[in-house]
Amino acid sequence: MIRVDGLHKYFGEVKAVRGVSFEATDGRITGLLGPNGAGKSTTLRVLYTVLKPDRGTASIDGADVVGDALRARSMIGSLPHGSGLYPHLTARENIRYYAKLYRLPPEVIEERVQSVIDELDIGDFADRRSKGFSQGQRTKVALARALVHRPRNVILDEPSNGLDVMATRSLRELILKLKDAGKCVLFSSHVMQEVAALCDRIVIIAAGRVAVDASPDGIRDRTGCDDLEEAFVKAIHRVETD
Amino acid sequence: MHAFRTVFVKEVTDNFRDRRTLVSALLMGPLFGPILFAFVISISVKQSLSDGSEPLDLPVIGGEHAPNLLDYLASRNINIADAPTSRAAALEAVGQGVHDVVVVIPESIGDDMATTTPARIEVISDQANTKAERETRRVIRALAAYNQELAGMRLTARGISPVVMQPLNIDLVDVSTPSGRSAILLGMLSYFFIFALLTGGMNLAIDSTAGERERGSLEPLLCLPVTRDQLIFGKIFAACLFMALSLSLSLISFYVVLKLMPLQQLGMTPNFGPDVVVQAFFLLVPFALLGAALMTLVASFTKSYKEAQTWLSAVLLAPTLPILIVSILMVRPSTAYMFIPSLSQHLLLVGLIKNEAVNWLHVAVSVSGTLALGIVLTLVCARLYRREGLLG
Repeated sequence: MIRVDGLHKYFGEVKAVRGVSFEATDGRITGLLGPNGAGKSTTLRVLYTVLKPDRGTASIDGADVVGDALRARSMIGSLPHGSGLYPHLTARENIRYYAKLYRLPPEVIEERVQSVIDELDIGDFADRRSKGFSQGQRTKVALARALVHRPRNVILDEPSNGLDVMATRSLRELILKLKDAGKCVLFSSHVMQEVAALCDRIVIIAAGRVAVDASPDGIRDRTGCDDLEEAFVKAIHRVETD
Repeated sequence: MHAFRTVFVKEVTDNFRDRRTLVSALLMGPLFGPILFAFVISISVKQSLSDGSEPLDLPVIGGEHAPNLLDYLASRNINIADAPTSRAAALEAVGQGVHDVVVVIPESIGDDMATTTPARIEVISDQANTKAERETRRVIRALAAYNQELAGMRLTARGISPVVMQPLNIDLVDVSTPSGRSAILLGMLSYFFIFALLTGGMNLAIDSTAGERERGSLEPLLCLPVTRDQLIFGKIFAACLFMALSLSLSLISFYVVLKLMPLQQLGMTPNFGPDVVVQAFFLLVPFALLGAALMTLVASFTKSYKEAQTWLSAVLLAPTLPILIVSILMVRPSTAYMFIPSLSQHLLLVGLIKNEAVNWLHVAVSVSGTLALGIVLTLVCARLYRREGLLG
């Protein structure tokens, strides 16, 4: 369960986030939708504790992201935007490195690493150095290492960026699997269709504020548009002209 | 502590697989110095051997007027060679570098001798040419000696002892030892060692900030339930390990080079045996923490790997500064100097090569001073690593 309450984040003069609040509950997929520069990544960065909010609070399963950052971090698996691997390490070594830093007990590490390799279907290239991996392979390994400690909360920042059709498809299946396992999945995207196809709840962010926070159906009702894309444009327009 | 070890082990494994790191840490750094050094030594050996021992061909114009002089020159291993036909031709030939030095003997030399008038002997040379300058000096020395001998003979003929011409007998007493003389040449060794040490950890230092950022692996790393201090300490220590490795390879390769070079011919016996190699390692290795922290610090301000490399090449040169100043001023080691990193290592190493008694106070101050500065810089790095701006 991820809770965000009245979040503000400024970079000098730039007000990246100005009062974002929402909740992402367990067993559901929450989509953070918005145009580029709307403040999605900044919000997520506050959640996985690499940025500190200027105002407002956020918590992961009750652990405050500022006051209790280490505990909050241990309860999320995060895939930051453009996650990179260590090119001289194999996929398995990349995942094992994270397993160790997540402080998994040494006796379960190998087993956990293997099980996440199986789950994400990366066995074929698990023992190859990640130098020549395709974007799809890289994303899978980055996701595997974020999930190796079996977190209850998963945060993905534009995970489908740069993926081809097949890779996007398998990523989608994976996100649904995480939902079925009862996890709280929060992911950001600027692609309406992707969010519509997956999410139980959609939080539309524009100009650093929440424009709409509802289910896909609720969004259609609220904006009076049948077409989600139309609704998206309308909602954003409303906030930006505020 | 656990995370620190994990990061350290991962960085070491990762970098042992990186060709870029291996080439600079294990090849370039340790070999650059010895190769350059071997080159310089072999040239100076060749030059010092050429002094006086090998025959010199000297073109002489008008040699037929002074057969005794020619005999004298021959006795000093200077052979008379074919000369240009005239003085004007000689000036041109020397100017164009055809000859290094030409001697012109006037026709009147016989009469001058008979009438005890000083005979004018011209030595034509191009003083801008180092090789010509050395040969000219040799020719002039030979002529001066002949001059002295003739003067002595004239005095003897007049019943005066030639000793009256020599009120002073100047004798230079050289107290330098063969190891001491080596120290002049080997003074630059300390810089090569520090250079090798720094290059060894350069890629790791860049990698911990600029490299991780460029690869996109920094942000996920910072999402882990590990304090940033543990991450940066693990990385800095991994850089230290590579620096120590590079330093020891550099010491060993110098040991081999010095064994192979004919240094005795230069009157040098460097005190650089296996025991000195080990001692030098322990004198220099405290510099690794300082170097790793300094390089990490500088790299953390840069935006990309390339930019970091540019700035770090400047860091590579920084330790030369104190060494350079000292070699110009020729200072003696003192406790105050031992607080200055790179300078203290240089002075201690020179002392070691000169085979002087070890001043343990100096060693203690150098080691602890350098380590303390290294710790301070490491803490500064950790502070910077905690910044939000780290993500760029």
